[in-house]
Amino acid sequence: MCDLQKRWGAENALNNMTLRIEIKDLAKHFGAIKAVDGVSFSVNKGEVLGFLGPNGAGKSTTMKMITGFLTPTRGTVSVCGYDVLTNPIAVKASLGYLPEGAPAYADMTPHSFLKFIADIRGLSGADKMRAVDSAAERAQIKNVMFQPIETLSKGYKRRVGLAQAILHNPPVLILDEPTDGLDPNQKHEVRNLINDMAEDKAIIISTHILEEVHALCTRNVVIANGKVRFNGTPHELEAMSRYHNAVCVAVDNVDIDKFSAFLNALDFVSEVELLAAERGVRVYPTNGQQITAELSQAIRANGWNIDSLYAEHGRLDEVFRSITINSTQGGI
Amino acid sequence: MNLQNIWFIMKREFNGYFATPVAYVFLVIFLLLTGFSTFFVGNFFERGEADLYPFFSMHPWLYILLIPAISMRLWSEERKSGSIELLMTLPISVFDAVLGKFLAAWAFTGLALMLNFPLWITVNYLGSPDNGVIFAGFLGSLLMAGGFLAIGSCISAVTKNQVIAFVLSLIASLVFVLSGYGIVLDFFSSWAPSALIDAISSFSFLTHFDAISKGVIDMRDMLYFASVIMVWLFANAIVINVRKAD
Repeated sequence: MCDLQKRWGAENALNNMTLRIEIKDLAKHFGAIKAVDGVSFSVNKGEVLGFLGPNGAGKSTTMKMITGFLTPTRGTVSVCGYDVLTNPIAVKASLGYLPEGAPAYADMTPHSFLKFIADIRGLSGADKMRAVDSAAERAQIKNVMFQPIETLSKGYKRRVGLAQAILHNPPVLILDEPTDGLDPNQKHEVRNLINDMAEDKAIIISTHILEEVHALCTRNVVIANGKVRFNGTPHELEAMSRYHNAVCVAVDNVDIDKFSAFLNALDFVSEVELLAAERGVRVYPTNGQQITAELSQAIRANGWNIDSLYAEHGRLDEVFRSITINSTQGGI
Repeated sequence: MNLQNIWFIMKREFNGYFATPVAYVFLVIFLLLTGFSTFFVGNFFERGEADLYPFFSMHPWLYILLIPAISMRLWSEERKSGSIELLMTLPISVFDAVLGKFLAAWAFTGLALMLNFPLWITVNYLGSPDNGVIFAGFLGSLLMAGGFLAIGSCISAVTKNQVIAFVLSLIASLVFVLSGYGIVLDFFSSWAPSALIDAISSFSFLTHFDAISKGVIDMRDMLYFASVIMVWLFANAIVINVRKAD
């Protein structure tokens, strides 16, 4: 029966199921340290969930509990409807996992390593060779298939780990820092690979590279000190920035004090900040609304010439910092 | 228990021994030591008897030293390199993994033992030994090696350091052999009740191996080694469950 669950065919039954991962009140305590403390979220088919947080926030610990490597102190994890505590083999069969640091058997070649994984995943014969070939192709490791893994560069090792995770075409992928140690081109390729697979899988990736929030994720969960601090779309995350919808504006030949006094008087402006080197001002809107159109109209109506004017989307690094640092003082 | 998975784990582990020169070095040392102990310590020729008793009687002592060298890498390397996280998140049970790895180490030991076949040819050329006794000796030696390996496998799961695993396994093996050794038993016999002495000596590999190596295949001795192996492998699985993520 375990064998059946391992087969690719089992995925067909899962295709209709949208809820792929459900985590409720998950906690892991190591002695007095609460590494993960009451985390709940769920991931649907088609979603790429970006799992953000500072080092030591509990990202890897959470992933280890989802994949059944660590036993939770409390809470439940279900993957494709299987509970990780009561049916760990079925959970493990339905997910592909890239552990932190992409461990592998160093003395094997990627070829023999992937064949071993395929064996355990219940693939055999032509299916097995096709799966190994296709995983190697997608992870772009075909040119190093017969070199011992210990002789490979960090980037190749990471991609061997990735090939291992996607080998059996699992409905759920858990990738712990999949782009760590890759150069910009390789990062781009791995992101394309994840995006290509996103449609019919539920994917969780952990990262602290903020540009990946936009490049990859359809939703983000930010955790710090073992608790969820944010759960929403990348756009919502940006909107939490105080720079969200702020407008930078520079105007020709104007007394900067007079100009800022004028801007301050407008009812949709909450604050005006002088930029360095007299390059203009940054105008913060009230209630985070879009003010680009009104602002440029008001400035022109007053007879000034606009040199430059652009709206900011919000700064993720600043949001990330405020969410994760404030949390140490009791949350947002 | 999934036999297929046990086979895949075993195959990978067994090939792993030959991925580095360590396996060949080990085989050569094993053959040198068995040869040396048979001819110089066991006085194979001087005894003038057509049997392999000098060969087998040294095995408990050789295994104390050599088996921990085979078993030390089984789990400590997995834990050190982090590949245990990969292995334990594959759809296999912990016991299947424990059994697969153990069988690989056992098969490797069996191979080393089989490579002593020239000795068997020699003794058959020089005389006419009882090959049934020799077969029993091989069987007993293999069973005893399994006992040592199960101890070593369990201990290698306790630590990430192969050297520590080696030393601890060596000490544990020594305890299991010495508990049946005359000098040790004499130490107890002066004050301990005889029931206790019997209990101590019945735990020894020596007591159970001696009979088999003389050609007496007693079910109780076989059962003893089988249960030693199972108990230590179960302990091994428990240790992995508790400590895999440390």
